[in-house]
Amino acid sequence: MLELHRQEAVKDELDLPAEPGFARREPHSGGIAATRKKGAHGGNMVSPVLRRVSVPARAEPLLEIADDELILGWRDSEWTGIAPFLEEDVAFSSIAQNEIGHARALYELAARDLGTTADELAFDRKPAEYRCCELVELRLPEWERTIARHVLYEQADAERLARLKASDDAEVAGLAAKIDREEAYHRLHAEMWHERLRNEPRYVEALEELRPLVDRRDGHTPELALLWEEMTSVRRSQPAGTTW
Amino acid sequence: MVTEAQVWEALADVPDPEIPVISVVDLGVVRDVRIEGERVHVEFTPTFLGCPALEVMRAQMAERIAQLGAEPEVEVVLDDSWSTDRITADGREKLRAAGFAPPTPRAPEGPQLVQLQSNGFRCPYCGSRDTALENIFGPTPCRSLRYCRDCKQPFEQFKTI
Repeated sequence: MLELHRQEAVKDELDLPAEPGFARREPHSGGIAATRKKGAHGGNMVSPVLRRVSVPARAEPLLEIADDELILGWRDSEWTGIAPFLEEDVAFSSIAQNEIGHARALYELAARDLGTTADELAFDRKPAEYRCCELVELRLPEWERTIARHVLYEQADAERLARLKASDDAEVAGLAAKIDREEAYHRLHAEMWHERLRNEPRYVEALEELRPLVDRRDGHTPELALLWEEMTSVRRSQPAGTTW
Repeated sequence: MVTEAQVWEALADVPDPEIPVISVVDLGVVRDVRIEGERVHVEFTPTFLGCPALEVMRAQMAERIAQLGAEPEVEVVLDDSWSTDRITADGREKLRAAGFAPPTPRAPEGPQLVQLQSNGFRCPYCGSRDTALENIFGPTPCRSLRYCRDCKQPFEQFKTI
């Protein structure tokens, strides 16, 4: 069992909506290390950070959501072939595909501002440079914990998307609205499972255990680095000077 | 020089790669066609952002426009301007005939679980409304799975977006 950070005050109230979602993050111009690749890179080398750029205001929150969706999409895809029901194989595979599609669109928008590409943002940063929350990083081979994460994530994501839809930036608002229409189906799936498991002690415990991780972004769990190794291994193995 | 009408007509030949019975024009994903000299600029919107057919559609549209002797420029627009409400009446009938229940109209409050679990969805094979939700998700992002209790036939229901 993973050692997880437990919330001190256990919440009795488990009905949705329970906790406030992802904290509002004001855009700020910190530096991120955007990796720039000169052609392909070989061996197991991490693409070197060739320049540090000042992040345009809107790229920062876009990267946060994109990283959440990419990493969660990867974790959801781990249920393909091993879910407790065949229908859930289909459901989690489809949800994973949607999340990664959202990540791609968000990275594309951020990449334009940063002068890079969606693939470089997705795969050529070091684990420490990702901005995802700890909730999405964990490998959760237990069904009740996966459902608890799903419920907690979708709820917080809905609140974040509502804020982005109200953005003055038409591109950000438009993309957020598009994503939200797809996420509506993820929320229905989460709602259906929440109703089904709400009195199941293992599920209730999992909700309490994972809830504090929804907005924890100060650092990363060791699991992110392990996931990153897998996620980028093929790309990093590409021989120098070749293309796929 | 090609005309806008010729381009629309040509794009009507480009099938949806996953449901080839309908074209990209039937699907309503072509948002705009502009002729700029020798260049034809097409704006299109993905159905779902994670849809793997996206790049195939883009390539097929470009190829079809090139066949008209024009230089294609196909732009993917990442906004909320596509809805299943944009699928044409023709397109909906083609879907139904191929065994896909066409999407219900978009509701202001978005999809609701009670609605999906209700029996308001019509079986594309026998027309019965006695159908049950089997899975919100299906073989592609745009489809759900339902089961008709009358003709005992599972079928795919287009999600409303």
